[in-house]
Amino acid sequence: MKNDVTRRFALSTLAAGAGLAVMGSVVPMPAQAMTQARAKTLVDALVADINDVIASGKSEAAMYVEFERIFARYADVPTIASYALGVDSRRATPAQMREFTTVFQRYISVKYGRRFREFIGGRIEVQEARAVKNFYEVKSLAKLRGQAPFEVTFLVSDRSGKDLFFNLFIEGINMLLTERTEIGAMLDRRGGNIDAMIADLRASA
Amino acid sequence: MGNPVPQATQFHSTRSVGRILTRALPLVAVLILAACTVPEGYVARDGVNDPFEEQNRKVHAFNKSVDRGVLRPLSRGYDKVVPDEMQVMVNNFAGNLSTPRLVVNNLLQGNVEGALTNTTRFLLNSTIGFAGLVDVGEIAGLDEVDTDFGETLHVWGVSEGYYVETPFRGPSTQRDAVGRIVDLFLNPLPEALSGTQNDIRIGAQVVDVVGDRARFGQTVDSVLYDSADSYAQSRLIYLQSRRFALGRSGEADYDDPYDLGTTDPYDDPYEDPYEE
Repeated sequence: MKNDVTRRFALSTLAAGAGLAVMGSVVPMPAQAMTQARAKTLVDALVADINDVIASGKSEAAMYVEFERIFARYADVPTIASYALGVDSRRATPAQMREFTTVFQRYISVKYGRRFREFIGGRIEVQEARAVKNFYEVKSLAKLRGQAPFEVTFLVSDRSGKDLFFNLFIEGINMLLTERTEIGAMLDRRGGNIDAMIADLRASA
Repeated sequence: MGNPVPQATQFHSTRSVGRILTRALPLVAVLILAACTVPEGYVARDGVNDPFEEQNRKVHAFNKSVDRGVLRPLSRGYDKVVPDEMQVMVNNFAGNLSTPRLVVNNLLQGNVEGALTNTTRFLLNSTIGFAGLVDVGEIAGLDEVDTDFGETLHVWGVSEGYYVETPFRGPSTQRDAVGRIVDLFLNPLPEALSGTQNDIRIGAQVVDVVGDRARFGQTVDSVLYDSADSYAQSRLIYLQSRRFALGRSGEADYDDPYDLGTTDPYDDPYEDPYEE
């Protein structure tokens, strides 16, 4: 992501250089604090991509592929996935976490893609960003045909190392919490067996 | 979108019952809220404290069977047979008939502006809107100020109480369940209408329930039939949308419309996943 190269950025990049070199392919990100403008920039780009897909007139299946690409690009998927798994993420093996995250990404793209498909003929307009706690809240308004506009809110942070959204609210309905409930119920149904839950999740998406 | 939960038929209210209940209701409300002995609380994964869960789940199973057996098939047939334009008209017509109830609640909440907006809408729609078939108010830029007696109680400072799933009507809270009962008798319109007119009114409202189920069909289906635990999903979604709608009225602190408390993790939807 392009940013103003400030002195602080230059210094911190130099300082981080050695570490990043070891990490190999990781793209260096400015270590400066995220700004309101950057949070809004991210959501502007995200919403523009969603609007393009809504307006594209592609088939349902093709749209889900697009939504997954968008989700992977703009969302902090590992953080969202591990929140959804809740306390059970602590006992999951790294391999299970990796697999779960991959399957979860597909599942969430289809599920929320389905909601966004209802937006066909309408569009989302980004409103404003503001700092909340340690992150940013960016509000947008979904304007659909024959319906009162409603709020879609994104929460954005750079603590993954990149500017990404980690939660969204459609009319106040919290994605993280909804998915924690859903994944938790899927786990319960399988007596807490993570592998079986992942298999179910894969089958459902 | 909107209330994702199927709503079933409104009860036919006779005038005398209405009068008695309107007088007795404050007492009834207090009794319902106070007399519920609260079992040992169990806080779910999503942070909801749901002491009535066992009973609620039974009602949920019942509601789901009503939806599967009656409401969903009806709504699918309705959607297939009735043209979209007519569906909109039925929805407008039924909505217009319930507008006086909104005005009463607006006034009880001290929301004079909302009462004026809804009254204007009612007058416009009932006349040049062909008895409410056309939503002239909306065309004129007057959006309905939707409300109910549950919100009135909220404005009066009554807390939501515990989550309850009510037969036919679905997800609610103790406060909002009381509100729904009161709302059945708050509409002054039936008093002004003839017997036949009231039959039409009630008929339209029943059809509108089917229409709503058709309109929000996919969303309701996904919650009721695609979730791993449809009870927990309905509960979570209801509570979130309800709190969101009430916070938006401007009464609550708008700076953080979702943050309604601090101790309950559910009440902090801006919970920071990076700090877990």
